[in-house]
Amino acid sequence: MQPITYERPETVEAAVRALGRPETLFVAGGTTVFDLMKVNVLKASHLVDVTRLRDPRLSAIEVSDTAIRLGALVRMADLAAHPGIRAICPLIPLSLDLGASEQIRNMARLGGNVLQRTRCAYFRDTSFEACNKRNPGSGCAALDGHNRQHAILGTSTACIAIYPGDFPQVLAAVDAQVEIAGRQGKPRTIPFTDLHRLPGETPDVETVLKRDELITGFLIPRGPWLRRSLYLKIRDRQSYAFALASAAVALDLAPDGTVREARVGLGGVATVPWRAREAEAALKGNALTEAIAHRAAEAAFAGAVTRSHNHYKIPLGKQTLVRALLGAAAMEV
Amino acid sequence: MPGDPNLPNPHRRNFLRGSAGVAIAPFAVRAARAEIPALDASEDARALTAVGMTVNGQRRRLSVDARTSLLDALRDQAGLTGAKKGCDQGQCGACTVHVDRRRILSCLMFAVASDGADITTIEGLAGEDGALHPMQASFIDQDAFQCGFCTPGQILSAVACVKEGHAETEADIREYMSGNLCRCAAYPNIVAAIRQAKPLMEG
Repeated sequence: MQPITYERPETVEAAVRALGRPETLFVAGGTTVFDLMKVNVLKASHLVDVTRLRDPRLSAIEVSDTAIRLGALVRMADLAAHPGIRAICPLIPLSLDLGASEQIRNMARLGGNVLQRTRCAYFRDTSFEACNKRNPGSGCAALDGHNRQHAILGTSTACIAIYPGDFPQVLAAVDAQVEIAGRQGKPRTIPFTDLHRLPGETPDVETVLKRDELITGFLIPRGPWLRRSLYLKIRDRQSYAFALASAAVALDLAPDGTVREARVGLGGVATVPWRAREAEAALKGNALTEAIAHRAAEAAFAGAVTRSHNHYKIPLGKQTLVRALLGAAAMEV
Repeated sequence: MPGDPNLPNPHRRNFLRGSAGVAIAPFAVRAARAEIPALDASEDARALTAVGMTVNGQRRRLSVDARTSLLDALRDQAGLTGAKKGCDQGQCGACTVHVDRRRILSCLMFAVASDGADITTIEGLAGEDGALHPMQASFIDQDAFQCGFCTPGQILSAVACVKEGHAETEADIREYMSGNLCRCAAYPNIVAAIRQAKPLMEG
């Protein structure tokens, strides 16, 4: 790890201005940045610690009749423990409780959580030359390597690295917006599903954020589907592991069981937080039977592309989604 | 083992610490947490940054390289070697300490970022009279370790687990202790120790 300088500004304006320096990174909880700096995957000569920014909304959880607003510096553990959110949208605390460990949830902030980097072993291990994400143009060691964990949706011939995390898949599913502050111009707001870029030919460019832009918060519209929502995560071990497949689902059902609206996000299978709109379309207007749930799952994975060791993720991902949908339909709300 | 003339001086760490050329100045008075002012960027990456923190009730000032983890600062500079370096990448939990009453992984926290923090390590858990914390006593009663390397982290995590309200059931304990790995697999006894300590902590 190369020598670094460090600063701790008090205002968002000062923070984004500081990103004008070369080789500069924002850091909040540090659980990704420090980790990847130690193994020389992330290289920086200057860190801007944003955890002491004084704007109270950065650390606030605000609930109105129409929306939930989450400040980017809210700790994962604090959002998971928030009783109001649990009642409004059980999907949110469920996804957080199933991610990482309590120690990490106490450190990691929501803004950093959505920007956490892939756990692809070839990305993390600099002894592998070929990684288009870490070393643009060098190739992809995972394509014909140990790719059991790798993505089957949103992949390219340049990268099949999985997008990790659980909470970001929820944000993708529930139409969240991201608030972004920058050095130039006014703050902007974009759909969360536009934040991450598919790998394509440039997997090193992971988001649409400009280098001096800072995520300041997330806005979730309070649709009637939020209450009937759950997150199901399938892992190699029961706790403290990344998803092999996960599903974030939220349903608005008519009294006769017909799906008025469905929101579906998928984790553990895709290169970005994945919104499964084809599955939502297959559900809408139908009674949520097991057959319809299977049809939605077929639609969600119709475009899957597998490699030598990850074909199992198609049946696993489908079954995970079916279970999540039937579980949500059976919820008492 | 202590006092055996054939073994290295048990205070070798003091020697190592002294040789690292690091300034440590413990303060006697426990100060209330002050507002920590903004810190402007230094132009010199080789310069040390002064950080102040309360560790186990004692005010300390450390001068750290900005790359130093809180774990390394505690072990190599404050001389508190209870927190262990297992993986050093946030996977094992052996480095768990409390920062501002939350359990965190000290290997993934920059020491400079803990400026102004109130930190508790395993060395600060016993009472002033030396009486073990109920969780420490319960770990001994239940034989909740073999080699002991993960134990300081397990105990700090377990204390927080009870205080968070995440120790109501055995399933809860297993879930909320999952960030602390035990290579000796003492898990059943760790769960038993937490169940034993919980009413003692709350009583």
